[in-house]
Amino acid sequence: MTTADDGRLAGYNFAYLDEQTKRMIRRAVLKAVAIPGHQVPFGSREMPLPYGWGTGGIQVTASILGPRDVLKVIDQGADDTTNAVSIRRFFALTAGVATTEKTTEATIVQTRHRVPETRLTERQILVYQVPIPEPLRWLEPSEVETRKMHALAEYGVMHVRLYEDIAQHGRIAQTYDYPVEVAGRYLMRPSPVPKFDNPKLDNCPALQLFGAGREKRIYAVPPYTRVKSLDFDDHPFSVEGWDRACGLCGSTESYLDEMIVDDEGRRLFVCSDTDYCGQRQAAGHRGPANAPKEAAE
Amino acid sequence: MYVAVKGGERAIDNAHRLLAEERRGDPAVPELTLEQIDQQLAHAVDRVMTEGSLYDRRLAALAVKQARGDLVEAIFLLRAYRTTLPRFGAALPIDTARMAPRRRISATFKDLPGGQILGPTFDYTHRLLDFDLAEGREPAPAAEVAAEPRPLPRVVDLLDREGLIEPEVAASDEPAGDLTRRPLTLPETRDVRLQGLARGDEGFLLALGYSTQRGYGRNHPFAGEIRLGEVAVEFMPEELGFAIEIAEITVTECQMVNQFKGSAEAPPQFTRGYGLAFGHCERKAMAMALVDRALRAKELGEEATTPAQDEEFVLYHADNVEAQGFVQHLKLPHYVDFQSELVMVRGLRKAFAAANNAGDTPAEAAE
Repeated sequence: MTTADDGRLAGYNFAYLDEQTKRMIRRAVLKAVAIPGHQVPFGSREMPLPYGWGTGGIQVTASILGPRDVLKVIDQGADDTTNAVSIRRFFALTAGVATTEKTTEATIVQTRHRVPETRLTERQILVYQVPIPEPLRWLEPSEVETRKMHALAEYGVMHVRLYEDIAQHGRIAQTYDYPVEVAGRYLMRPSPVPKFDNPKLDNCPALQLFGAGREKRIYAVPPYTRVKSLDFDDHPFSVEGWDRACGLCGSTESYLDEMIVDDEGRRLFVCSDTDYCGQRQAAGHRGPANAPKEAAE
Repeated sequence: MYVAVKGGERAIDNAHRLLAEERRGDPAVPELTLEQIDQQLAHAVDRVMTEGSLYDRRLAALAVKQARGDLVEAIFLLRAYRTTLPRFGAALPIDTARMAPRRRISATFKDLPGGQILGPTFDYTHRLLDFDLAEGREPAPAAEVAAEPRPLPRVVDLLDREGLIEPEVAASDEPAGDLTRRPLTLPETRDVRLQGLARGDEGFLLALGYSTQRGYGRNHPFAGEIRLGEVAVEFMPEELGFAIEIAEITVTECQMVNQFKGSAEAPPQFTRGYGLAFGHCERKAMAMALVDRALRAKELGEEATTPAQDEEFVLYHADNVEAQGFVQHLKLPHYVDFQSELVMVRGLRKAFAAANNAGDTPAEAAE
């Protein structure tokens, strides 16, 4: 691969997509912002990364990215997961933009499966990679039918589905991809973030854009928009919790990943948001598995 | 302190270097040239061009080489390149009646003007491994052709003269749609359906076409004609006002002739299923024609109850680049969502155990 003087990949436009395509995608984004939670079909392009690996998020990011933007890419909350590394490099190579691992430094955060723990601000945009945009898909496989259901706001089937969980398990057993209602109208799939993250979507100061490349849909939640997780009066929405703190930074408020650390199956729980965890450790917070050096040795 | 094992930039770089080394294989073995792939693995190149939607033998050969012979990966490579190419405009429709076929067979007539031409075919070869080929011996020269190939009338056109087969007319004067520039809308027009099928995975279409033959949407097909040969691609620049030939391409065309008993609007007549592929892709063209006809069920007033007749099912799942990406994305980490499931299952098990201890059912106990 040859690169031009500015370090960008030679022979390709800024951020890979041609300007006509970016304009088409921006139009879809504007429409999506105008109708919060509504899935806007768009002419998704074939990208040099596989479908299902973030092509929707990449196209959205490519079309909103400017040369002065600072980009952060996370997968599972972590900056160092392979696909996050791969996508970050893609933009470093094709757009030559600055990248960061610090949530507070980024102007655009592209994510898969998590919302950063650090509260986003008005000057930031969060771009979600979405595998299946349709919240009703497991209940109705036909796109023709689900579009009709959205048009008529015919969402009873989802409430029945959640009710069936309560009847069977005594609780709503949906743990991720937990359906939300946006601005009192559209049922929306928050991409497969754990329901732990659903409250972060609500009234978020940052613009949230969702790109599904293979399914060719874009949708959005504008800043400060009501995003309500579906529930019942007697079974209010609740998020998962852990009865322990992060082993590294001691946080009791973040989403924890569980790791198996030895052949005995011993577990270590650490923050899934690596930047959040690192910032806390830098500020002197310590978890049980991360005692100060002298004590450990 | 424990450090999670996660892939970094170096791991990715090293993996790619290892891939490049394994792709090359034993350096003592001569490296494949693109010319060798183009000439000697011609059907691989044909398939990659067809499903990659780009007619360029050299680029397709490069994709086959880069993909180490993995044709779906090669199709992906070619597609990702194609999407970056500027578009000058649309060529005029190719005219396969002007083709001088190198191969042309019809299963519906014993003989016909121009005759049956077997051409270069695997048909009627006995599938015996040829150990002479392993030895690298030169093949015997091909038989000389008595006369130069000439354009031959299409079999379906002969039927058309008698009104026995439905006429093939464009549904509208609109330019043909393009799935690579806009999303699928349903119901979709036939031009876009055919594009989806032409780009669709050969194996998927083969299985669907086969299913129609086994009763899942039977449509009584006859191979009206299969022809292989070269056709001119013509382009009409607006400022010129007349068409100029810009290329010659090889295509395989299949016209399936299907029984149709007629409806309230249409008299009994034969109907068509159409398949077209770049290069020599006969199995693909035939499967495509079967599925095209199956997808016309609604238009012809037939009951549509099987997978091959379901346009949404077929068009959404035929694309192997989309399918392979999404199936393989399961390799990406999903541990965050899995953690949610762990928390939930542990919670449910706790409730279950508590309920069993209390001699109660779990649902009641939880409420």
